[in-house]
Amino acid sequence: MNIDLPGFADPVTQSQATFRALLDAISRPGTLHEAGVGLDPPAPLDRATAAVLLTLIDGDSRLHIAPDCAAATDWLVFHCGTAPHGDMATAGFVATRALPDLAALATGNDEAPESSATLVLQVAALGTGPAWRLAGPGLKEAATFSATGLPEDFAARWAANHALFPRGVDLVLCAGTTLAALPRSISITEG
Amino acid sequence: MAATPPLPPSDPATAARQRWMSVLARADAAAIEAHLADAPPLPACTVLRGPESGLVMLRGRAGGGGGPFNLGEMSVTRCTVRSATGFVGHAYIQGRDTARARLAARLDAALQDPSCHDTLERQVIAPLAEAQQAARDAQAARAAATRVQFFTMATMRTS
Repeated sequence: MNIDLPGFADPVTQSQATFRALLDAISRPGTLHEAGVGLDPPAPLDRATAAVLLTLIDGDSRLHIAPDCAAATDWLVFHCGTAPHGDMATAGFVATRALPDLAALATGNDEAPESSATLVLQVAALGTGPAWRLAGPGLKEAATFSATGLPEDFAARWAANHALFPRGVDLVLCAGTTLAALPRSISITEG
Repeated sequence: MAATPPLPPSDPATAARQRWMSVLARADAAAIEAHLADAPPLPACTVLRGPESGLVMLRGRAGGGGGPFNLGEMSVTRCTVRSATGFVGHAYIQGRDTARARLAARLDAALQDPSCHDTLERQVIAPLAEAQQAARDAQAARAAATRVQFFTMATMRTS
């Protein structure tokens, strides 16, 4: 087992701060929030990605670690106290660096839409790059959201996920020490 | 609640580590430090996790069926460190003494290092293990003095 790096230096304060950032990000979709400052995660995880996973994952979570994040598996297993979940289709959380087919993730059912997956996606940058228009709950008027590293057909792929509402996948985007969230209730159009 | 999985068969290296970890888990910090005073200094360490305290549910088995029951909760402190020489040391100890957990984890890391294993084993682990065995023997001797043997009941059952 390769665990050379510490997790949160102050687990209670830092995971609460990250949780607060996540709550704010999800309630105001597309806004940027700081997370993971001071953390020293293993490659290829960025600070924000690592902070989100340390905060959300515990022994009862089903975390699927995509092959492009596999180098950090030991660190996540040790500090989150979880065993990696092999099957992406039934995972509660998916950590990846490339947008997977959203329909291949757990989307919940109409009786328990909360049983869907939360996708923690690490991208190259947030706040720069191609822009999209966001509209929906949490946004008084349509907002602009830009990110580098999302596929060109992101809006079309998201539309299929949004159409499933109240089912569907929630997306947490992380880059560096910044995070943003796109809950399933948000509609995204090309900006 | 899931049944406890069977422990994997342990190789000699694991068995030796289990032994010194169990000695360290039972030793108090003052005793460890007293023995460490004569030993070479422990390598520098970075803390990977903890020391942090939590509760562990202890389970016992009793009664005719031998079914498990929850005996009660015990406070446990754990710590994981990585020594400058690259060994990861773990410690789980009873109680909330964080300094003791950190010391036990540092010793676990140092004991895995072949360059200082023998010295530490001889100067720290062996005397601690001896003292713990002596304490166990003394207690067993005290208990043996008041032992009651139920010959009558055994005879009645078999007759």
